[in-house]
Amino acid sequence: MTEQPRMVQVRQRVLKRNDVAAGMLRGRFHEAGVFVVSLVSSPGAGKTAFLERVLRGLHGPFRVAALVGDLATDNDARRLARSGAPVKQIVTGTVCHLDAEMVASALDGWTIDELDFLFLENVGNLVCPASFDLGESLRLVLFSVTEGEDKPLKYPTIFNTADVALITKTDMATAAEFDAQLAHQSIQSVRPGMEVFEVSAKTGAGVEEFLEFLRDRRAALRTYEPGEVVSKG
Amino acid sequence: MHELSIALSILDMAEEEAERRGGRIVAVHLKLGPLSGVVARALASAYEMAREGTPLDQAELVIEEVPIVAYCATCDVEHLPDAFDLRCPGCGAPTPTIRGGRELEIVALEIVS
Repeated sequence: MTEQPRMVQVRQRVLKRNDVAAGMLRGRFHEAGVFVVSLVSSPGAGKTAFLERVLRGLHGPFRVAALVGDLATDNDARRLARSGAPVKQIVTGTVCHLDAEMVASALDGWTIDELDFLFLENVGNLVCPASFDLGESLRLVLFSVTEGEDKPLKYPTIFNTADVALITKTDMATAAEFDAQLAHQSIQSVRPGMEVFEVSAKTGAGVEEFLEFLRDRRAALRTYEPGEVVSKG
Repeated sequence: MHELSIALSILDMAEEEAERRGGRIVAVHLKLGPLSGVVARALASAYEMAREGTPLDQAELVIEEVPIVAYCATCDVEHLPDAFDLRCPGCGAPTPTIRGGRELEIVALEIVS
């Protein structure tokens, strides 16, 4: 005789483990007073080149560090370390995204209390990283002028989970016949109200404006009372 | 392709529940929103592969896809937009407030004793 199955209500988030780990990281970051920025984009959008500029721009007046995720090689970490900031590579093997536990283990041996800014460069991928909270204070999504103005429409989820968009490689905009207005429309359609910066890591255009924004955001975060950290929706 | 690790998490969580409650799971019911970053079809195939050789190798994965729900503050109404056009169909205003669509959760298990 086959027994009739009984239905048991559960309601458990599948990524609960990551979300819990991310929540703990967010608490640690907040307590240490470090402003954490993650970067997501497709491969080749220019995350590392841009981050080099950012690290150079902040290093000195601010204490900055970066964790860089890639499937293989520590090329990016070595490149970024030239800025003088401490940099560590997270080699993910075949994993297509960073998760909160990888970030937590990579922080072993680091005293994050001594940092003002920490940057997390995710694996180049516009799909998978969208699902994983890393405990960051700010998520940046980058796309370059050569990728097409409709990139946000093609990958709406990652844009929707990010806080700020960066259009990169603007020095190539003319050659790529890039329509900036169209790009801004695409961004606003998937993430209304999103703040957007146009930058070129090559010429440095727009970088100072973005650094100003980062410094302001960090200053604003520092004025919060402990425990007032708002988690990502 | 992170659906495989998602499928493995689902199996782990369901197994834990089954152990706690006793019995064998015959179906896992999942709620999935488009903004979770997980593709239903990819998850279904990943799950098929991942469940082999586990206590859940006969357990079906039932995915309920739920829509994005956006809220328009101007009209005080919720609407169901396409992922790529978050504007109120009534007034055309941008609707950044997302009230649904990020779901990726196990909602129920079917268990036989």
